[in-house]
Amino acid sequence: MLHIYCPYCEEMREEEEFSYSGEAHIVRPKDPKSLTDDEWGDYLFFRTNPRGLHHEMWHHSAGCRRYFNVTRDTSTYRIYETYKIGEKPIVTGEKS
Amino acid sequence: MTNRLDQCNRMAEGGRIDRSQPLTFTWNGKDYQGYQGDTLASAMLANGIKVVGRSFKYARPRGILGHGAEEANALMQLGEGKETIPNPRATQIELFAGLTAKATNGWPSVDFDLMHWLGKLGGKMMPVGFYYKTFMWPEKMWMTYEKFIRKAAGFGHASAHPDPDIYDKLNQHCDVMVVGAGPAGLAAALEAGRSGKRVIIADEQNEFGGSLLATKESINGQSAITWVEQVTAELAAMDNVQCLSRTCVFGYFDHNFLAALERRTDHQGMTATSGSRQRIHRIRAHKVVLATGAIERPLVFANNDLPGVMLSSSVATYINRYGVVPGNRCVVMTTNDSGYQTALDINGAGRTVVAIVDTRQQPSGRLFEAAQAAGITIKTGHAVIEARGSNQVSNALIAPIDASGENVTGETVTVSCDLIAVAGGWSPVVHLTCHTGSRPKWDETIAGFVPGDSDQDQYLAGAITGEYTTLGALQAGAKMGALVTASETSTSYACEDESVCPPQALYLVPHTKSVSRAPKQFVDFQNDVTAAGIALANREGFESIEHVKRYTALGFGTDQGKTGNINGMAITAKNLGKTIAETGTTIFRPAYTPVTFGALGGRDIGELLDPARHTAMHVWHQQHGAEFENVGQWKRPWYYPKGNETMQEAVNRECLAVRNSVGMLDASTLGKIDIQGPDAREFLNRVYTNAWSKLAPGKCRYGLMLKEDGMVFDDGVTACIDDNHFLMTTTSGGAAGVLSWLELWLQTEWPELEVYLTSVTDHWATCSFSGPNARNLLAKLCDDIDLSAEAFKFMDWRNATVAGVKARIFRISFTGELAFEVNVPANKGLYMWQQIMAAGEEFGITPYGTESMHVLRAEKGYIIVGQDTDGSLTPQDCGMDWIVAKNKDFSFLGQRSFSRPDTSREDRKHLVGLKPKDPTVVIPEGAQIVPHAEVTIPMPMLGHVTSSYWSACLGHGIALGTVKSGNHRMGETVYCPLADGRVLAAEICSPVFYDPQGERHHD
Amino acid sequence: MVDPMTKYSGFSLFKHALKHHEDWQKTWRSPRPKKSYDVIIVGGGGHGLATAYYLAKEHGITNVAVLEKGYLGGGNTARNTTIVRSNYLWDESSKLYDHALDLWYGLSQELNYNVMFSSRGVLNLGHNLQDMRDIERRVNANRLNGIDAAVLNTQEVKEIVPIINDSADIRYPILGASWQKTGGVARHDAVAWGFARGADQLGVDLIQQCEVTDIVVEQGAVTGVQTNQGFIGAKKVGCVTAGNSGVVAAMADIRLPVESHPLQALVSEPIKPIIDTVVMSNAVHAYVSQSDKGDLVIGAGIDAYNGYGQRGSMHIIEHTLSAICELFPMFSRVRMNRTWGGIVDTCPDACPIISKTSVNGLYFNCGWGTGGFKATPGSGHVFAHTVAHDDPHPLAAPFSIDRFNTGHLIDEHGAAGVAH
Repeated sequence: MLHIYCPYCEEMREEEEFSYSGEAHIVRPKDPKSLTDDEWGDYLFFRTNPRGLHHEMWHHSAGCRRYFNVTRDTSTYRIYETYKIGEKPIVTGEKS
Repeated sequence: MTNRLDQCNRMAEGGRIDRSQPLTFTWNGKDYQGYQGDTLASAMLANGIKVVGRSFKYARPRGILGHGAEEANALMQLGEGKETIPNPRATQIELFAGLTAKATNGWPSVDFDLMHWLGKLGGKMMPVGFYYKTFMWPEKMWMTYEKFIRKAAGFGHASAHPDPDIYDKLNQHCDVMVVGAGPAGLAAALEAGRSGKRVIIADEQNEFGGSLLATKESINGQSAITWVEQVTAELAAMDNVQCLSRTCVFGYFDHNFLAALERRTDHQGMTATSGSRQRIHRIRAHKVVLATGAIERPLVFANNDLPGVMLSSSVATYINRYGVVPGNRCVVMTTNDSGYQTALDINGAGRTVVAIVDTRQQPSGRLFEAAQAAGITIKTGHAVIEARGSNQVSNALIAPIDASGENVTGETVTVSCDLIAVAGGWSPVVHLTCHTGSRPKWDETIAGFVPGDSDQDQYLAGAITGEYTTLGALQAGAKMGALVTASETSTSYACEDESVCPPQALYLVPHTKSVSRAPKQFVDFQNDVTAAGIALANREGFESIEHVKRYTALGFGTDQGKTGNINGMAITAKNLGKTIAETGTTIFRPAYTPVTFGALGGRDIGELLDPARHTAMHVWHQQHGAEFENVGQWKRPWYYPKGNETMQEAVNRECLAVRNSVGMLDASTLGKIDIQGPDAREFLNRVYTNAWSKLAPGKCRYGLMLKEDGMVFDDGVTACIDDNHFLMTTTSGGAAGVLSWLELWLQTEWPELEVYLTSVTDHWATCSFSGPNARNLLAKLCDDIDLSAEAFKFMDWRNATVAGVKARIFRISFTGELAFEVNVPANKGLYMWQQIMAAGEEFGITPYGTESMHVLRAEKGYIIVGQDTDGSLTPQDCGMDWIVAKNKDFSFLGQRSFSRPDTSREDRKHLVGLKPKDPTVVIPEGAQIVPHAEVTIPMPMLGHVTSSYWSACLGHGIALGTVKSGNHRMGETVYCPLADGRVLAAEICSPVFYDPQGERHHD
Repeated sequence: MVDPMTKYSGFSLFKHALKHHEDWQKTWRSPRPKKSYDVIIVGGGGHGLATAYYLAKEHGITNVAVLEKGYLGGGNTARNTTIVRSNYLWDESSKLYDHALDLWYGLSQELNYNVMFSSRGVLNLGHNLQDMRDIERRVNANRLNGIDAAVLNTQEVKEIVPIINDSADIRYPILGASWQKTGGVARHDAVAWGFARGADQLGVDLIQQCEVTDIVVEQGAVTGVQTNQGFIGAKKVGCVTAGNSGVVAAMADIRLPVESHPLQALVSEPIKPIIDTVVMSNAVHAYVSQSDKGDLVIGAGIDAYNGYGQRGSMHIIEHTLSAICELFPMFSRVRMNRTWGGIVDTCPDACPIISKTSVNGLYFNCGWGTGGFKATPGSGHVFAHTVAHDDPHPLAAPFSIDRFNTGHLIDEHGAAGVAH
């Protein structure tokens, strides 16, 4: 039962206010026509689906209706950060 | 039948019951008496009732084992008729006047069960896992075998009627959630409450105090009960503290979310006289203090399931809390000091303690000496290796055992007794900590599992950590209460000497015979899991504790192994030559104790299951006899039968009215999204397949929306209000999804576009009227704009005044007729509808519903997304290549997918028209289409019928369907084989059946 | 192939009863892993064990190891609601599931292990007009594919399930149902154990507590796997690790079109038998059957977020029980005993992947989403063929991973429903 901080509302809100929207940072190719079928298929359907840190998109659908990003551990369900669209995650699991 | 026994086991005084308030209750058809403050279990024991149920597999007689949530045997059928509840434990049912309960198993009676004899005879043939090894021949017979197996299934029965009660929920937030109101929980809540933090403390029992309710100890020099009363009063007086008794926290979910079930009226009667019977508290807590205590373990010995074998702590609780001594001649078997206190309590209650049988070789210390001083016989280094009796304990077999606890070392003596109190050590109640994925750790010093590391902001106090002294619990509670409120200091407490002699870790008591040959030694009472069963499972290679659980059903009961799990794990560990830490534990899942379905459903049943959306004109539709169809959450008029009309007759009449004069549809349910901003056009270019750059204000255009996979996702007409302002309509069911979809792109991929989206579906009511008289009708109500075909063209929209109301009029058509959609603010919707109906009277205006709308649009070959499409059709498949722009700058959503190998195939399924060869036939929707009339199974299929109707104006059936290569097969005949054996022939044709040139709507 | 000494039967039970059940043989061996195998199956769930069984039985490949990181059958095999049916919409999937259904019949005899497959019938309810159109379409397609299916009206549904709420005045009245009489339920654990015992008897090594940590690929071909018990060589590796497919695929640098989600289920306390069939409703989101022990077995919805925690959020359970109380008002006073979660690999088209990969000798069988249990024998059967021949079984061919690039998806969202 997740408790999610909406970076736009700047409040912790209940999971039931939000809709999940899949992996974050999947950028639509600038020129889809130049892509091979495999590249286009990869963009459409293929996901990293990690066990562990996951950058994902949520929609505050019963709130401010803004999409935003969440860094969450898919194993423990701990949320490390939420950040606005266009921002970069701080928690990446990579050693700095 | 009245058979009012005296309460033969009731003490003259003591306990927390009110002897001035006798309560009559009925057990298995006989009347008995108990007192206010009793549980059903304590009242049954007071009346000398021994056999309370029959076991699942062997139908053995079973008695009350415990006094709370751990009870494995005393499952009741509580109440009767529509009020009945299957399986509550007698130990958790508070007695009320007129309570009736029955045993859940046993035929002809619980005292004499014929199944027991079958169990005795067949038991040898029914070892663990026997199901898997037999009942296989012949194959067909399994269903018959299973019928008999199912006869033995289940404990109680569900009511045959709907529930007379309601349930509700409360969302709660707090700084500190304290689970459990024993010494640790109360001390924690007190500390946190005094700090001013918002605190909720919940306990499953009827009153706070936990173990202190059944102790003779003192706290700070006064009786423990006095302390409990003072603390409870202080907490109750704090505005920042919420005290929830009769409230079991049954689930611990991620991010400190707890679910608790409050039994609001169950102590008063079977149903609530007003309000809800039970309430679920959904609690989000900053910090959680778990003070859930510990449960005593029984020991595993031969026939340890006989009624009269009880947990030692339960015996003490019945004496001290309920004034009931559940036996006359008692043997206490113990592996630790707990049993001594029970023996002293029994002795103090004036009943005989035949012996304390201590498995330890050399116990000593405070309680040992007290028992000696009381003159109680103590047999050290001994164990009760077997209980004997028919329906209840009559003898105990006692034998010396060695220090390892594995072997009987001498002669067995038999003593006469009617109660064996068993103290096998304690198991911390770690259940809630497991719910969020934490694994418990084995603690050798306390011989129990304690909570493992957790990702939750969770604190532990008292017996849950293996701290079993009252003082230790109080201090831990105070410390945690201070910690969660960031206080520097915490209250200190003083108790009497609670020193104990170390316990022995003993689980399976040895017998003179081997485990497989000794009388049954039960581990899990509810599922009849024995030590021999576990040994067999281990022998057969089921070594993982999860395998043992699944193969033997250990811990699968309604008590979820509260008394049996640790013993089962220990026995497995020993069989495999491993430690318990290596063997590990199964994972406890919610719920800690069972939770009423109705309570979890809450108020979201009946009409509140899902919100029903009504348009502004709904009342009118109801008053005019409309039948309604569920479309998403909307209630839409389906058709308006007149008199005794059938649906088909009504639809024929409605369709013909539209074709011949005028009819009106409530189109308010269509999704409406207001799109504004300088980049609105570009935005539409990207999300729709067609071009929007040149659509002028005052004009409308149909658009098709695709997902990125190129498949049709939604459609609708969008109007250009002005250069920076558009109004999009969507399908009724798809509106919410479309808005989220548009927002997704706008916010994530195209933040450079300045566009604002607002859902205005509910803001506008839409009266859509169609037919040759539509303009004549509108003219009666609207005179401030030029309505002529030249001035107000098809696919135009205008601001105008209709019946005195400012309106937007769209000249668009989903019927193929001349049509206008009058949009007004929703609060004017009903008025507008009535005005148009009144004005249309002279034209015979006919309201029509979704069914006629479907017929009319199908006659024109217009698709309905979700009916004619299913997420597997591209615009080209739908014959709508005309709406796909080829040269837009931006590669619109889905465009790239057209050129994938599969989507560019020529032999894809195409949406086509189908004209039945027999003009009187309407092909059923969902019929599959095949190339031949001869049915051979299996048979390749070409596609299916998506829409099919009787066309009243054409006088024959029409259909739309998908057909493989359909666009290239015009004129071919295909067939629809039906379940009833008919094979209907149809000709593939254009989907436009009516007015193919579109002259009528252009009129 | 079954050694008469180890054959299970009523007679063997009797014989062992005389010996106090002290001489029962091991259900399977616990061998140490060999240095290498012809085929390694990663994942000892129902599908993996069935694959190993059929590799040995049908293809004579017995130098096989099944590597299981936990215990056999401990993943989704142990956590589902055990529904078996084959009434899917599209030819490709309905044929695959019907192949599995054929194998369910006679499976207990084939394995000499009673998997308690109980053909008590499956109802899929329709609650609105489009549901009923979809049901007609699916049933007609099933019928022409030779799959048992019928459309029932409300009255006929009521006759099969007398306790169902057939009122027309409820929020989403039951308008009818599809009915697959040959579908049913099975004893989930027994399926894994039966295949395990069968495979073991044919010489397959079942290695538990053996976690694969890497898939070793040299020059585009698989050579073995690294495990917590060391390197184990293999000419072919078949991965059948539902719930963890993405994690395992990443070991070979392969991405899958798969997301792993929690899927929850629950059981009531055991009550006297009251419902004989399986009732499923996509529109109202409830699935229920009753086990031979008396538990109402209820499937809940899928949690929207990715999750490997084998647990989900509470509101999913609450919604499910609202729906159950709506469909069966008399269950309202029954109590939930236990709820749990599995991890389901979901594909964009709600159909599985049974496929070769870009790595030679590496195969994946995954993406079964919410519906894998019913396919267990069929999945193992066609995957074994695919691995043995390095060429997809004809029934498996449409389920190649390539379909996500060509666009040939098989969209079963409608027929797959949510939890079952």
